[in-house]
Amino acid sequence: MSRKLIIIGSGPAGWSAAIYAARASFEPLVFEGPEPGGQLITTTEVENFPGFPDGILGTDLMDRCRTQAKKFGAEVLSEDVTSVDFSSSPFKVTANGTTHEAEAVIIATGASARRLGLESEKALYGKGVSACATCDGFFFKGKQVAVVGGGDAAMEEANFLTRFADKVTIIHRRDAFTASKIMQDRTAKNPKIEVVWNAEVVEVLGVDVGHVTGVKLRDTKTGETRDLAVDGVFAAIGHVPNTGIFKGQVDLDEKGFVKTQPGTSLTSVSGVFAGGDVQDFRYRQAVTAVGSGCMAFLDAEKYLAAKEHDA
Amino acid sequence: MEHIFTDANFEEEVLKSPTPVLVDFWASWCGPCRMMAPVIEELSEEIDGATFKIGTCNVDENGQSAQTYGIMSIPTLLVFKGGQVVEQIAGTMEKQSLKERVMKHAS
Repeated sequence: MSRKLIIIGSGPAGWSAAIYAARASFEPLVFEGPEPGGQLITTTEVENFPGFPDGILGTDLMDRCRTQAKKFGAEVLSEDVTSVDFSSSPFKVTANGTTHEAEAVIIATGASARRLGLESEKALYGKGVSACATCDGFFFKGKQVAVVGGGDAAMEEANFLTRFADKVTIIHRRDAFTASKIMQDRTAKNPKIEVVWNAEVVEVLGVDVGHVTGVKLRDTKTGETRDLAVDGVFAAIGHVPNTGIFKGQVDLDEKGFVKTQPGTSLTSVSGVFAGGDVQDFRYRQAVTAVGSGCMAFLDAEKYLAAKEHDA
Repeated sequence: MEHIFTDANFEEEVLKSPTPVLVDFWASWCGPCRMMAPVIEELSEEIDGATFKIGTCNVDENGQSAQTYGIMSIPTLLVFKGGQVVEQIAGTMEKQSLKERVMKHAS
């Protein structure tokens, strides 16, 4: 049986679309995916979301959105979508071995933190290599850690980690940060933070002993390598859109983001819409994701109404 | 039923358990842990306690257990069988995949 609307993703964009859709009695089906709640889950206090003057935890914000969507009748599945078929209507979405059909689909799969892409990094994930400073900083009390990156996120993580670690070394492949001035100033003033310029991590050390013991750095100018002893490694080197399953189904740009018609949520496939970070490399805010998730629903609603009218 | 494992009962409840045990190491400040909490709870309801024991261990309150097993990232899920760690999963995972990974250790 085909339903009206499937929403893939459970960050601010997915929930916003789900709340609107459920409230309009579309009984949407939401797939939460492998990182339920999205990127906000690994942040601390969200202080710039309108309506929360005292701030709100990213997790609490997403919990509330989920509750709100369910309250209005959204069906929520804690499953990963493994494939989609947008070649004909109704569209097919497969998760957990079951294929679901819908007349319209909203893509809100967001983006995930970019990894260094090293075998040694993968081998030591959870053993000193961390994807979540707010979760794991606690385990590095009195230790030394490295943060890779040069943007706001790297500055923020480095500063946060000094609450626990004795020393935080920021490793940046250029000779200047891209972070905002306020974050750079905060970093420069922090006595626990050191910076290694013009260096990239070519290997995470410690695979032989089962936990991180250091990183091998290569000087991006001279090509020389050296080892730096650390107990933990955090990467803050940007994000990659979660669009693997949509390749060949909707048009993606050269960086893998879903292409939408400017000012709308319309993708290259009529009836498939996109909202949130999966189609936004420019703003990437919870608030903009909520906004574009809503746009995706309104566009889907219009599409479904026109379809019904033609039938 | 979901169990609560602590430094005090870890040996008795986990290491000496006749059935395999899934331990979810977590803390209140960890967002992904909170997203995993309902998944673990549902699993503990779906899986017969006679087959598998499922529970949580707060790393903030039970530092010894976390340290003994080298927990450096949360959520981390460990599966114990006969007192030995037979599976380690770091990070969030949706229920069905987790269930499959855990249940292959059922005796």
